[in-house]
Amino acid sequence: MTTATNGEGFVVFDHVQKSYDGETLVVKDLNLSIGKGEFLTMLGPSGSGKTTCLMMLAGFETATNGKILLDGNNINDMPPHKRGIGMVFQNYALFPHMTVGENLAFPLEVRGMGKSEREEKVKRALDMVQMGAFANRRPAQLSGGQQQRIALARALVFDPKLVLMDEPLGALDKQLREHMQFEIKALHESLGITVVYVTHDQGEALTMSDRVAVFNDGRIQQLAPPDELYERPKNSFVAQFIGENNKLPGKVETLDGETCTVRLQTGELIDATPVNVREVGQETLVSIRPERVEFKPEMMPPGAHMIDAEVLEVVYMGDIFRTRMRVAGTEDFVMKSRNTLGQTKLHPGEKIRIGWHPQDARALDPM
Amino acid sequence: MTDATAQLTTADGRPLKAALAASMAVRRRRAFLLVAPLFLFILISFIIPIGQMLLQSVHNDTFSSAVPALSAWFDENPQGSEIDEAAYAALAADLKLMKAEKTAGSAGTRINYDVAGTRSLFTSTARKADKLEAPFKEAILAAEPKWDDPNLWRAMRSASNPYTIDFYLAALDMTRDETGAIVAVEEGQAIYKKLFWRTLSLSLEITALCLLLGFPIAHLLATLPMRKAMLLMILVLLPFWTSLLVRTTSWMVLLQSQGVLNDLLVGIGLIDDEGRIQMMYNQTGTIIAMTHILLPFTILPLYSVMKTIPPSYVRAARSLGATSWTAFRRVYLPQTLPGIGAGGLLVFILAMGYYITPALVGGADGQMISNMIAFHMQKSLNWSLAAALAAMLLAIVLIFFWIYDRLVGIDKMKLG
Repeated sequence: MTTATNGEGFVVFDHVQKSYDGETLVVKDLNLSIGKGEFLTMLGPSGSGKTTCLMMLAGFETATNGKILLDGNNINDMPPHKRGIGMVFQNYALFPHMTVGENLAFPLEVRGMGKSEREEKVKRALDMVQMGAFANRRPAQLSGGQQQRIALARALVFDPKLVLMDEPLGALDKQLREHMQFEIKALHESLGITVVYVTHDQGEALTMSDRVAVFNDGRIQQLAPPDELYERPKNSFVAQFIGENNKLPGKVETLDGETCTVRLQTGELIDATPVNVREVGQETLVSIRPERVEFKPEMMPPGAHMIDAEVLEVVYMGDIFRTRMRVAGTEDFVMKSRNTLGQTKLHPGEKIRIGWHPQDARALDPM
Repeated sequence: MTDATAQLTTADGRPLKAALAASMAVRRRRAFLLVAPLFLFILISFIIPIGQMLLQSVHNDTFSSAVPALSAWFDENPQGSEIDEAAYAALAADLKLMKAEKTAGSAGTRINYDVAGTRSLFTSTARKADKLEAPFKEAILAAEPKWDDPNLWRAMRSASNPYTIDFYLAALDMTRDETGAIVAVEEGQAIYKKLFWRTLSLSLEITALCLLLGFPIAHLLATLPMRKAMLLMILVLLPFWTSLLVRTTSWMVLLQSQGVLNDLLVGIGLIDDEGRIQMMYNQTGTIIAMTHILLPFTILPLYSVMKTIPPSYVRAARSLGATSWTAFRRVYLPQTLPGIGAGGLLVFILAMGYYITPALVGGADGQMISNMIAFHMQKSLNWSLAAALAAMLLAIVLIFFWIYDRLVGIDKMKLG
């Protein structure tokens, strides 16, 4: 945990529940504490409750139960315009009938700020996103990336302490999206603001965040820094949702503190780290990252189990080879190996033996 | 223009523009054939009748075609000449012609527009036309002394020219005096200008009411969940699908002094039986019934515009610190302007030409200009005056259209 621990929570969700129809809960008992200056991402598939959480924080939805605190104050009954939270919307929501400059001046104007001060701030905000020359354009005359920058500048121009972003990069193409990720991250660091970012794009979540809250089914499945999330997923959902993953179902054969062995359904024995298995004989799903799979015995720790694999397909991807294999009955077991000078070339039909470090294979809940 | 752009050619050397035209020709022909039936229909049923109407307002030959001899005399003798024996001779010759061709009635009607009571003069004198002999002046005056009236001769002189702006003068409450100069009619006879003003102000009031009442409903329609919105939409459209006559008469049932609303007010003791409110056969009735009938025409364009405004705009405004009223005024309202413009213009134009409802519930002071046009079409049979009034109505609507285009821009209008 990096920034999460500095001071008390700046934003706190305390046992928050949300229901729209009184029959089902969209958000089930959310407890989350966000530190000041933190970049927290809510990541999850659509319908997982992440956007609802953001809307409750912004004040557009009311929590059915529980409290939301901002800087120590309960904001449950505070109308959105008094919260002082900047927000960037998915479709940017730039007012089409105003120029870029008027859009940026709007939050200052409604705060009763004088004209000269307003112009000064608008100019500074526009320069901050390198859009200084566009003050007199209409939003419709700008490209998607430019509109994105303006939306960002508008959310920041009135110096909010907290900025919410609701899938702000969803409409941009891949290259621009990656570029904007770095810009947003840089702005976050230079301004020292707290950012709550909602996305369903895991790449975005991993590259930008201090911590990521993975949402599914109205609950936070795991709240952790990106590296921990990727390398040490706490359950099968997180393992599946973040990055590519191989999964092998089986039963726990031996369990010994830090390591365990799992008997696969097809009879092979593999090594794994117990994550949420508690006893021998329990059903489990072992998850292994494709880039942690090895096929050279010298790369394996002594005593590690290896199992048979048949190469089905090798895809050349430039920096890596993506090898699809038949392993323990499944045909979509993937191994990624770096395209280095001495790399062994595999061919379809080839029979090899593969293995991994026990800590790279995580025995999780059987979904 | 450089040579390169001037002489662009295709690969085989044909000019590019010609090649493009050739390649598009089939598609253009097909498109034309598809719209041809509608084009013909509009030409026959709309453009030609409108053209005829406009022509009729400045051209009326019912009198001039019946009096070739008098027309010739008027041509030779300018305004103010003495009505001499030659004039009466021409009149006698024309009366004979009228008798033979049975046109005395219609010719008389035309003069009757300007000088009341002359239709019978024409028909009765024409009956005796065969017995008239020189000197014609004495003979005609002996038969009908009224022919001596200089007003009558002035009217005949003006009507002997089939092209005239007199109908427009009449539509503007103006007439010609003895010397032929244009003057306003006497106070008591001026009706049309007042009627135009009333039509205009009633239409504006109705438009404003429709927008005021329709805006919240359209907003509800656009923001409610699908199922509820559909139900509400049906409630909006149901009256729209009901016959105009049925709706107007149901308002009569509701509004009349022995009607539902008055009975209710008397019943709950708000007014006593003598104090029943006159809500019908006056402007109030016209405004209530027409607002109700025209309401869907504002709701539907507003709805279609509001439907396209994502809720995130207002949310963005709120998150930026605007109160809900400021967010509405500064962000939502400006974006509904195309719908307000379209709905308002539609209702205004429809209201300007409304006829049935004011005729039924308007009484004396709830009548509009179209009721007067209908009166001249059906009762007084002064089609030219009706055409002049209609042309002026059309001109007013076009002026408003032009103003709208200048202020808002017609391209910004969104009807559906």
